[in-house]
Amino acid sequence: MKADPHGVLTGTHFIDGDHACCEGALAAGARFAAGYPITPSTEVVERFAARVPTVGGTFIQMEDELAASITLQGAVWGGAKAFTVTSGPGFSLMMEHIGYAAMTETPCVFVDVQRGGPSTGLPTLPAQADMMQARWGSHGDYEIIALCPNSPQECFDLTIKAFNLAEEFRVPVMFMMDEVVGHMTEKVVIPPAEQIEVVPRKHTHKSIQDYLPYGTNGDMVPEMAHAGEGYKFHVTGLTHDERGYPNMTPQMQDKLVKRLQNKIRTAADRICIFEQDRLESAEVVVVSYGITSRVAQRAIDLARDRGLRVGKLRLITAWPFPAKKIAELASQVKAFVVPELNLGQMVREVERAVAGLAKTVAVSHAGGGVHSPDEILNTIVEASR
Amino acid sequence: MIVLLHGLGDQVAKGRVSIVVERCKACGFCVEFCPTHVLALSSAFNSKGYHPPHVVHPEKCSGCDLCGMYCPDFAIYATKIAEPKAQKTAGGDE
Amino acid sequence: MNALDQTVNPVEPFLRTDRMPHIWCPGCGIGTTVNSFARALIESKVDLDTLALVSGIGCTGRVAGYVKLDSFHTTHGRAIPFATGLKMANPKLSVVVYSGDGDLAAIGGNHLIHAARRNIDLKVICVNNLIYAMTGGQSAPTTPGHATTSTNPYGTFEPAFNLPHLLDAAGAVYVARWTTFHVRQLARAMSEAFAKRGFSFIEVISPCPTLYQRRNKMGDGLDTMKYYKDKSKVKHGAPTSEVGLTLNGEIVVGKFVDRDRPDYQSMMRAQYVESLGERYIEAPETECVCD
Ligand code: SF4
Ligand code: SF4
Ligand code: SF4
Repeated sequence: MKADPHGVLTGTHFIDGDHACCEGALAAGARFAAGYPITPSTEVVERFAARVPTVGGTFIQMEDELAASITLQGAVWGGAKAFTVTSGPGFSLMMEHIGYAAMTETPCVFVDVQRGGPSTGLPTLPAQADMMQARWGSHGDYEIIALCPNSPQECFDLTIKAFNLAEEFRVPVMFMMDEVVGHMTEKVVIPPAEQIEVVPRKHTHKSIQDYLPYGTNGDMVPEMAHAGEGYKFHVTGLTHDERGYPNMTPQMQDKLVKRLQNKIRTAADRICIFEQDRLESAEVVVVSYGITSRVAQRAIDLARDRGLRVGKLRLITAWPFPAKKIAELASQVKAFVVPELNLGQMVREVERAVAGLAKTVAVSHAGGGVHSPDEILNTIVEASR
Repeated sequence: MIVLLHGLGDQVAKGRVSIVVERCKACGFCVEFCPTHVLALSSAFNSKGYHPPHVVHPEKCSGCDLCGMYCPDFAIYATKIAEPKAQKTAGGDE
Repeated sequence: MNALDQTVNPVEPFLRTDRMPHIWCPGCGIGTTVNSFARALIESKVDLDTLALVSGIGCTGRVAGYVKLDSFHTTHGRAIPFATGLKMANPKLSVVVYSGDGDLAAIGGNHLIHAARRNIDLKVICVNNLIYAMTGGQSAPTTPGHATTSTNPYGTFEPAFNLPHLLDAAGAVYVARWTTFHVRQLARAMSEAFAKRGFSFIEVISPCPTLYQRRNKMGDGLDTMKYYKDKSKVKHGAPTSEVGLTLNGEIVVGKFVDRDRPDYQSMMRAQYVESLGERYIEAPETECVCD
């Protein structure tokens, strides 16, 4: 279905990534946000708070991130598309509710504008050190989807994508920005509403008698009903059967948790998005994402100027991780160079996919700034020897 | 289990009690707080080993359904017997 | 059998009977509160299709799984913010929060006071058994001084919350306390809460014979009910500062607060209308994100 024109600010704008993310959410049909102020993400909800009453929706500032991350899920079950926005310390507090969304299959979006950590760390400075937390932060086995924009334009485009994936798979989607992308101002083109594809809620068409809240028909994603429609369904974070009733047996656990995992894993190839350039002839592949991919681009260009055969693989979805793509490349190249604003997170995933067939070299950075292109260049040069 | 008995002497039952014996956990709330002492825990067991209540003074039942409101296990309830001349029963706890 | 087969227990239509029997212990008061709730729903003629019930975690948290309503068993302490989102997204819903004292007042305490301050239109039923029951009888913020619990084996010494006082101060429009002995008054209080717009809070003192009473040598559920009967004093309008609970003392019950002030959504609407005028677009009542 096409976007509701009310939420689409068609035109060419000069805005930062945080504001672009808000516009993306509005274009995607988000009409509810619950937030708690935290640098460097607050601008997203500030803009939402200003915009949403003129679009037909609600913003509520909650008392903490625990509240924000579950209030939005109440709104989803009430019929809205909803999200919350935060940064490191708040993201940590939201972990339990990411698990709740995964378990109850509540489609929603968590935006994390990453800053330096651990703890309060660097409130105003960037990092990319929540990448593993986004994947594994809540307890138990589950799957999520995570996207990494590297520009304000992508903050707009991929926020729409995030909502669409959330609805398609009934899964919480992590939108992994970083402080630089969030605060960077660039041209953002917002197309007319009729050019924006929006995935509607997977709402059941079944009768009240026939409806099974967690029954599936082959694609592993159950159909949803909303509160107030007469279905009188039950939702619980406990291990549950197709009726949504608690059923705490090892058999039910096996069935449910494996379905939650497989609905994403079996669709991973379809979900994975990456940008690639000159991989066919590459000796060294630079794997990067978010703001680091822009610095890496400079390093790649400099290396090519020196005659090196460097390929680029930019992760747009970090999770699911394009392990298959990397494994394919591993037998053809000498090395993978992985710069990121952390002391080694996605590089482990690369290393795992490479499985010893090539070198994997991290270019780590503790955060607070970005790499210098030379750091990455030197590693590329080293790795191509 | 259904109990339906009419009066002894000049007392006439204004209500009747139904008991789902298998749900009962023998807490005794219904027996204790029946304003007219209609019920007693029986000596029989249900399949879980609890002694469910039974009706010992059916004629005294006002149909107030306090037993039903107290029962934490949804095992007992009462209905009023429709009777044109039945006077309103006090049967409350206030 | 006879005509009686056609009648059913009035609570039955509100239950997921396919989930009976429930997990609550013999003499536990939670089921009793559900009876009052069912009577209140009947009396208030609430449309069950637009009624949602939200629970947190704990013995009372299981209520959500037993009632035949749109029902949400959420995370520990977060029933109120979940319910807030539900209500905001669909203002036509009547939203009940049904949970325990530990869930609402300890881990969820921050949400409790803020929802009352905002005056979100929620009906909160707090079954207060004075202890953490589901996890085995640990001290709660409501456990009265000197009571013995598994985490205060030598007696509690922390002062307890006086919940009506807390909610009064935080701004709830309706605050009442009853015990599980007061089944009719409790049903009436719930009906009154349904008739009010804004944040209502009903505390129900309820026995946990398995963990609280037994450890404190207070007998079983029935003994506790007799204690409630003997020691409760109805004081409508009592100053909430004076209704704190003690280990063996009097239990002041009644309707303590009944006032009117605009609820969150009315205030929000008024503010937007004032500031934005015609630019304000109220969220469509049945905003559909479906195809
Ligand atoms: S309906 Fe009233 S009088 Fe009859 S048994 Fe029940 S409590 Fe007693
Ligand atoms: S109140 Fe219910 S559970 Fe308790 S004894 Fe009576 S019938 Fe049994
Ligand atoms: S542990 Fe206590 S509160 Fe929980 S079901 Fe048993 S008696 Fe009730």
